[in-house]
Amino acid sequence: MNHPTLSAPVNRREFLKLTGLAGGGFALAFYIRSAGPADAAESNASSIDFAPNAFVRISPKGNVTIVSKQPEMGQGVKTSLPMIIAEQLEVPWQEITIEQGDFDEKKYGNQGAGGSQSTPSNYDNFHLVGATVRTMLVTAAAQTWGVPATECRAIKATVTHSSGKVLTYGQLAAKAATLPVPAKEAVVLKDAKDFSLLGKRIAQFDSPKIVTGQPLFGIDVKLPGMLYAVYEKCPAFGGKVVSANLDQIKTLPGVKDAFILAGSGKVKELVPGIAIIADSTWAAFSARKQLKVTWDEGKVANESWETFVTQAKQQATQPGGKMLRKDGDPDAALAGAAKTVQAEYLYPFISHANLEPQNTTAHWKDGVMELWSPTQIPSAGAAMVTRVLGIPAENIKLHITRAGGGFGRRISADYLIEAAAIAHKVNAPVKLTWSREDDLRHDHYRPGGLHFLKGGVDAQGKVVAWKNHFFTFGEGGSPGSGGTLSGDEFPGRWIANYQAEQTMFETGWPMGPWRAPGSCVFAWVMHSFIDELAHAGGRDPLALRLELLGDKDEMPAGGGGAGAAKGKAGGGYSVLRMRNVLKFVAEKAGWGKKKFPKGSGAGIAFHFSHRGYFAQVAEVTVTRDGQLKVDRFITGVDIGAQVVNLSGAENQVEGSVIDGLGVLLSQELTIERGRVVQSNFNDYPLIRITDAPAKIETHFLKTNNPTTGLGEPALPPVAPAICNAIFAATGKRVRQMPLTRTDLRWS
Amino acid sequence: MKYTLNVNGQSRSVDAAPETPMLWVLRDQLELVGTKYGCGVGQCGACTIHLNGVPTRACMTPVSTVGRMKITTIEGLATDAKHLHPLQQAWCELDVAQCGYCQAGQIMTAAALLKDNPKPNDDDIDGAMAGNLCRCATYMRIRQGIKRAAAISAGSQEAAR
Repeated sequence: MNHPTLSAPVNRREFLKLTGLAGGGFALAFYIRSAGPADAAESNASSIDFAPNAFVRISPKGNVTIVSKQPEMGQGVKTSLPMIIAEQLEVPWQEITIEQGDFDEKKYGNQGAGGSQSTPSNYDNFHLVGATVRTMLVTAAAQTWGVPATECRAIKATVTHSSGKVLTYGQLAAKAATLPVPAKEAVVLKDAKDFSLLGKRIAQFDSPKIVTGQPLFGIDVKLPGMLYAVYEKCPAFGGKVVSANLDQIKTLPGVKDAFILAGSGKVKELVPGIAIIADSTWAAFSARKQLKVTWDEGKVANESWETFVTQAKQQATQPGGKMLRKDGDPDAALAGAAKTVQAEYLYPFISHANLEPQNTTAHWKDGVMELWSPTQIPSAGAAMVTRVLGIPAENIKLHITRAGGGFGRRISADYLIEAAAIAHKVNAPVKLTWSREDDLRHDHYRPGGLHFLKGGVDAQGKVVAWKNHFFTFGEGGSPGSGGTLSGDEFPGRWIANYQAEQTMFETGWPMGPWRAPGSCVFAWVMHSFIDELAHAGGRDPLALRLELLGDKDEMPAGGGGAGAAKGKAGGGYSVLRMRNVLKFVAEKAGWGKKKFPKGSGAGIAFHFSHRGYFAQVAEVTVTRDGQLKVDRFITGVDIGAQVVNLSGAENQVEGSVIDGLGVLLSQELTIERGRVVQSNFNDYPLIRITDAPAKIETHFLKTNNPTTGLGEPALPPVAPAICNAIFAATGKRVRQMPLTRTDLRWS
Repeated sequence: MKYTLNVNGQSRSVDAAPETPMLWVLRDQLELVGTKYGCGVGQCGACTIHLNGVPTRACMTPVSTVGRMKITTIEGLATDAKHLHPLQQAWCELDVAQCGYCQAGQIMTAAALLKDNPKPNDDDIDGAMAGNLCRCATYMRIRQGIKRAAAISAGSQEAAR
């Protein structure tokens, strides 16, 4: 990357200034002036960058740098969020350099990337950031010329006066650097109808580096004198080291040191293990094969998936551990229903399987812990270093690297704390690299679950009763991430006689957020069962869904019922938006207009999560020998008024569709005696190009709502749309993930 | 053991245990980190390099077996920085990557495909690319990217005539 810094740091004094920004948030405007009266702007002009806030820097030569504060993991924010600033700043995209900001939340505000929140939480602020800088440049030009600012216009990194005079941003930088940051009331935002960049297809800023193999990722970090570490943990989660053949390990080629870390006592923090430090990754990997360890596995070794499944099936008809919601009289409604359906839905634990294995480089020197990490939530890693190693926050320097996939895995900081704890004992920079096996066996997993459902329809096929007993998995007394079913989860609130109960099995298994936590499985269960009820009542699956959604425009959160929990991200559910996007996708797909031969069919599903409204139609073919092919997959998207980067947005949706399909096809972990049985991609297969759909279409329905994120919400309806299409094609109902568990052959 | 390797047209000397996979020789010793570690067992394709033009898993290739074979990594695919390989151009143009971690391996595999088959269809592409995982699932754009690169190549050959 180009680092066009022409400033003279020794001659600058930095002022921090807090200014209110739009959208209820705030940002620290960070502006820089020359050091004092002696070096007036004039004398120093050629060496001062104009950097009125933390995000924009303009050099006297006109180099424009935008700092991206959020971690980039493939969701595209390092490109899309700076696009917002660039749009308001009026600088052509090709002229902008983007830098990844280090972890510094005093300077930048929140730097976490998760929950599809980076876009909605920064959108308004970044418009204001760009517009504020533009306003200062226009003011600088107006003052230079002695004309009213209203006669000046910013265009293509220049300010033009109505007389035809032109000054470039570079020429204006020094003057602008002497101006006060205007109040937001004095800043005019560019109107959406005048946008020339937002909504366009813009390739990722890092593309040229990606395609030429330049260092970008955490695993690519190399420092002078750096050593390489591996960290062996007990196969059973959280097990402790009793003893290990460290003396022998230390004699192996390339090995510099080997030692035991006791761990911090928490299964998702610093886990006990053995560190081997070597002069190369391969030397460390090779030495590890010679390790002989005696473990204390603890009681987790008594916990197996199959045992829990058996237990759940036995307890299915008993009262659940917790009533999540009860409306009306579901039992009476079931008894009076024209038709009832009973079904068991099951999904296993799965892994995130980021293609870049977890890693972090750490250097403990002179009381400062410096880290380079592919992290989604840098603040969590830094806080963990303070908590576990007692290093004060001001002595932690954390560089955010590009991450080879996130999907929620790198919200956890377990690998970061391992690197820090190892480096704490080593007198050199150390890069910790997990093996693929470490990654699969020491993930923080998406919890599995079982749903025991009963539903009833009346003589017209209307849904009149719904009961669900959900079995989930907990750690430390509460369900793992994504393992909590809200009483508000659709179709809770929509059916008069509705009941949802939850029973939790306590385990020692580490769980964590997996792309659209909860939603990624609940949408499959709910929309598969709705489909079962549609077919039981002889109703078209789209028509029944529209009837179920009803005529109201809004469904408030809660709305009575025992233990009604708050809804996701904002609580209220815009029924209007969901109805509209559902009709929109049905129209795009030509729902109901196509005749499919036996073995082919279409399925539909929708879901609201992460503030986005999504409806999807799958068209599939299942061969007589049971092979699934997705022929066409159509997504309707309502993420509000403005798609930021159309290329990135389409890529997120396409990736979500294929990810959802991949999970459905083959992803399954077996946990036996407190450990994961699978080890690598040979027994934990990810989807390959051969199974990708023939055609994916993404249609954006623009609505007058705030712009929201796209990393997650396209995924939840994928699996139910496909499974419902499989039923339409074959009459086979898929009630267990992955698909390998269901015989799809037909004749 | 000392080995002299032919990497991206240059002679490079390394000192490594004979069984050391080329992956780690490239990454740790030669500082060519474009070749990525994903699985270590030849399942993901993130470490794909060319040995005498043949796409090969660097994680399964001990340094002792390479001899004087020509090693090409992603860093050496383009003739020079100003003239990217048509696949690299197409990847940038179509914004193929998400996280980008697998893409060097994808491009190396695709480059070998295009050499054998300058105008592949979807089936040809799927067949050739089946060994390369993309966790972000950019498969639709990988198909498009290869076709676009084929068109760029055809166009430049046309122009050269």
